[in-house]
Amino acid sequence: MLQPDERLRFEQLVLPHLDAAVNLGRWLLRNRADAEDVVQDAMLRAYRFFGSFRGGDARAWLLQILRNSCYSWLEKNRPLERMTEFDEQTHQRPTPDPESLAVESDEREQLTRALEALPARSREVLVLRELEGCSYKEIAEITGIPMGTVMSTLSRARERLQRELMGAAKEVSREL
Amino acid sequence: MSCELSRTTVHGYIDGELDAVRAAEFEQHVESCAECRVSLEQLESLHRRLQRNQLYETASTRLRQQLRSNLPGGQDASARRWYVMPVFAAAIITAVFWLALSLVQTHTHSAQIAAELVDAHIRSLEPGHLTDVESTDQHTVKPWFDGKLDFIPPVADHSEQGFPLLGGRLDAADGRAVAALVYGRRKHLINLFAWPEKAASTGFSSSGSSRGYQWLMWHTGDMRFCLVSDTSASDLEQLRELIHP
Repeated sequence: MLQPDERLRFEQLVLPHLDAAVNLGRWLLRNRADAEDVVQDAMLRAYRFFGSFRGGDARAWLLQILRNSCYSWLEKNRPLERMTEFDEQTHQRPTPDPESLAVESDEREQLTRALEALPARSREVLVLRELEGCSYKEIAEITGIPMGTVMSTLSRARERLQRELMGAAKEVSREL
Repeated sequence: MSCELSRTTVHGYIDGELDAVRAAEFEQHVESCAECRVSLEQLESLHRRLQRNQLYETASTRLRQQLRSNLPGGQDASARRWYVMPVFAAAIITAVFWLALSLVQTHTHSAQIAAELVDAHIRSLEPGHLTDVESTDQHTVKPWFDGKLDFIPPVADHSEQGFPLLGGRLDAADGRAVAALVYGRRKHLINLFAWPEKAASTGFSSSGSSRGYQWLMWHTGDMRFCLVSDTSASDLEQLRELIHP
């Protein structure tokens, strides 16, 4: 158990990044309720391991732990998901019914679906950059991708996202 | 630079990750290549769409409360642990907790103000809201605040270090009028908020992120400062060093 001053340090350094953890978790698991559960566990783990935190970027440190928790959770609870999403050929988005298409004309819905359709590795890098505002160095630290390939990973992720969005736009116009 | 190279480099460019030489090379290429210009515009528009659609998810109140009660070593657990200690030890611990509590409150208060300032930052990005006085000259911006506020904010341009002053405006936070200075950082905008506040804890500094924006807050003398931006935390640290070496 941590001493009171260590707990205070944890509350000052790590707890402020709770939102960052929830956001990354939500996009990795594509589900908010699951994300909150995993974040809660990850936070408690971070607290237990806080002794091993040697200063530096507390957000990156927390997100590293959270990310590992998310992938373990996915492996355990949705084992098929990771295998299928690497195979782009078989990855087909379900044909949306007209009702959900109407909702999808909402830009936010459209972006959400497009982001969720990305492979997890692309999605996490994109979320860290575009939503979390991480630098390439921070992304490399959190995801373990070599610093030199962060830019090309982002490049592929954004191209894929643009394709997804274009596909969604076409479906809407075909329905109309 | 070739188109093939530009297709990857454009990402480093919009993310503000290229060094000055490579950024200039890229700009030069885009000048002369319509195709790459279109892809730059498309990526910038994608970035704006992701920013303005509030895709960032924040923790629920329920999760916050759960964490607070589930983190071991809190007041409850410690009280049990120290129950058998002599009374004077309990008194010392109480004093420590009071100090800790007041520090936590200072930081909670900071986080609340930071949330307000992130809102102010997002508002300032709407067309026409960024600056009331638009100038890169500190001798134009500083006098502009004269008579509009009951204090004079420190105004300095840091163009040479890569943070050009773009202007200033009045804003509001923590229930009072505050000065907002706008700095550029590559393709990002940074708001510096400043207002007078009696030092409760001098030298304290606090940082975090909210809805994808970074903030960095500190206290010097009798003023409080806060930087907010979508650029990296290290950029904010660098700018703070320039403002208060």
